[in-house]
Amino acid sequence: MNALTLWFHKTGSPPTFYRLAGLLLPWCYGIALLLGAIGLYGGLVLAPSDYQQGDAYRIIFIHVPSAWMGLFAYFFMAANAFIALVWRIKLSEVLAMASAPAGAAFTFITLVTGSLWGKPMWGTWWTWDARLTSELVLLFLYLGVMGLYAAIEDRRQAARAAGFLALVGVVNLPIVHFSVNWWNTLHQGSTVRLLGPSHIDAAMLWPLLLMAIATHLWFFGTVLARTRTGLLELDGGKDWVRAIALGPEMSAVAAPAATERTHG
Amino acid sequence: MKPGSTSAACAALIRRDLTLVWRRRGDAVNPILFALIVVALFPFALGPEPEQLRRIAAGVVFVALLLAGLLALDTLFRGDYEDGSLEQLVLSPHPLALLLACKIAVHWLTTALPLLLVAPLLGELLHVAEPVRWVLLGALALATPLLSLIGAVCVALTVGMHRSGMLLALLVLPLYVPVLIFGAGACNAALAGLPYVAPLLWLGAALVLALVLAPLACAAALRISLS
Amino acid sequence: MPIPDSHDRPALLEARGLAFARNDEPIFGPLDFALHPGEVVLMEGDNGAGKTTLLRVLSGLLAPSAGEIRLNGEPLTLARLSPQVALLSHQAGLKHDLTALENLAFAAGLHGVRAGLSPESALAGVGLDGYADVPVRQLSAGQKKRVALARVLLAPVGLWLLDEPYANLDLDGIRLVNRLLDHHARRGGAALITSHGAYAYTSGTPRRISLHGGSSGSRDALGSGGTAESIAASAAPTAAPTTAPSENRA
Repeated sequence: MNALTLWFHKTGSPPTFYRLAGLLLPWCYGIALLLGAIGLYGGLVLAPSDYQQGDAYRIIFIHVPSAWMGLFAYFFMAANAFIALVWRIKLSEVLAMASAPAGAAFTFITLVTGSLWGKPMWGTWWTWDARLTSELVLLFLYLGVMGLYAAIEDRRQAARAAGFLALVGVVNLPIVHFSVNWWNTLHQGSTVRLLGPSHIDAAMLWPLLLMAIATHLWFFGTVLARTRTGLLELDGGKDWVRAIALGPEMSAVAAPAATERTHG
Repeated sequence: MKPGSTSAACAALIRRDLTLVWRRRGDAVNPILFALIVVALFPFALGPEPEQLRRIAAGVVFVALLLAGLLALDTLFRGDYEDGSLEQLVLSPHPLALLLACKIAVHWLTTALPLLLVAPLLGELLHVAEPVRWVLLGALALATPLLSLIGAVCVALTVGMHRSGMLLALLVLPLYVPVLIFGAGACNAALAGLPYVAPLLWLGAALVLALVLAPLACAAALRISLS
Repeated sequence: MPIPDSHDRPALLEARGLAFARNDEPIFGPLDFALHPGEVVLMEGDNGAGKTTLLRVLSGLLAPSAGEIRLNGEPLTLARLSPQVALLSHQAGLKHDLTALENLAFAAGLHGVRAGLSPESALAGVGLDGYADVPVRQLSAGQKKRVALARVLLAPVGLWLLDEPYANLDLDGIRLVNRLLDHHARRGGAALITSHGAYAYTSGTPRRISLHGGSSGSRDALGSGGTAESIAASAAPTAAPTTAPSENRA
């Protein structure tokens, strides 16, 4: 076994990951909050108004990072599902299933902020714009994965089945995006794009990037927290969980018994 | 001691599934009735003006067939799972994906093909326009096997569940969106006098892809569900 | 390393360090045992001891969490199931809308036919001649069991895995199962059958394997597998039932 595989197995073992995640967790949340606060201040207060859209455009500082995260979380989930299915690693199953609700939440925020922005800009809460529709389908995919995971009794089997669905969804996502684009252009001319790809003011760009980093860290924070809970739940009967549940003085009693068992 | 040939196994499976459907041929009418009811609801909801109905005819027929197919999907593996024949299928020495492809084919033949045959009638109920008639049939002929193949993967994932109806719809519908867009899109293009061949070709390409990949995915999903 | 082998032919089925755990909860194992041609092995265990799970693992439906299975010396993988096993499980795998003969004809197509047998003769072999055209729906539980046994009989395989073959059968049926097993063993086949003890394979000197919940071995099933202290290893060919030490599950 080479060093990399060894490291992977070691870090991937539930007790180690539980401890590691516990260490990382406050940093993720802390930096995310800090960067988020600075980014929001930069975006909502410091950045200039848009010459066309006035202050309404400022919703992009939440909308755009959320949209990125919605997609990022999906690919993170699918990558973990792939690892879980191919190498049957328990940690990846838990990670994949932990990222689904977070991704769904980001997608939902994207849809809500998008329609809030659409009301003053387009004069309607909802339009069958290609991007909006793709985003809606993405939300359905998330809900499908979560629904399937919740519906199957056996947790590990549920994670594998839902992970498989997530992988099917990965194949489907580009197809949906392409087809929705085609469908939309068939019906009406291209709608007003939010911002041209090239012209964005630097004063608008840096808060946006800060927010993107903040949402990423926040995402990893939630995923780590959910994964910790998921691991405790899955390994409920194991010694390391018992040690955590019973506290240090009891685990000292439990530890010799555990070593005895592994040698027995 | 050697097992029979794979083609014999497929033939036996197809013969058995066809016999089973024939023994319960009364049930085969249900999807047709369902589609008919769905189509009949639209004039009630939107009013009987032929012009209005003509505009939505192709889309409504498409959605009605899609929903009817969705309801029929549940029967694909349920019986086999409950009586243990699915287990025997998995245990057979032949490629599971191929056997599942046979099952899906029979399922399409017995649930979707009858729907396809009544589709022109459903179209007439909604005063479908003359140029759309054949495009609609062609689009459905390409789309329904595609829907069956995609649906089979999702059914395989939910096979062990007791009440999987709503969940199945949730899993399947996002995957059905592109099929619906291209299928109904071709009809709408034909109605508007625009070229409609491209979306049909896309559907055909997707069907070829699904014919190869969906049975494999279905087999993998089934193994997850049965473990 | 091949296990010491007093038989002249290779083992039909060989399990090495075989264990299964669902959600890290050990169901059985680690087990080491081998089935040679001509052997009928009776597996005993209480409800929940993992008999059915063991059969499903041995047939390849479930992947073991540790250890390996060899059929005729070749490892069994989920991707490539062996065509050498017939499984009779709780669900008979029969279609109630089809007749007994149609069910067997389908099984013949799916799994192949043993040389010298046909669906009709297999049906006669389980004492159901005259029932060929009766829908399975109208058969009694015992008769359904017989049809399922006919399916096993028909399959061109060496290894039978029978889960509770005696359930639902009358005395006549129990004798039939024993006769089928004897015949199968004589022509070089092997069978692993489960029973919770009410009826048993009586002819000859059956080996017995006792399955009693989680094993006493290490919970980390990836360990050495403990060939020496494994329960199954004690299942030497002896007529006396092995009374395994009763152990509670951890």
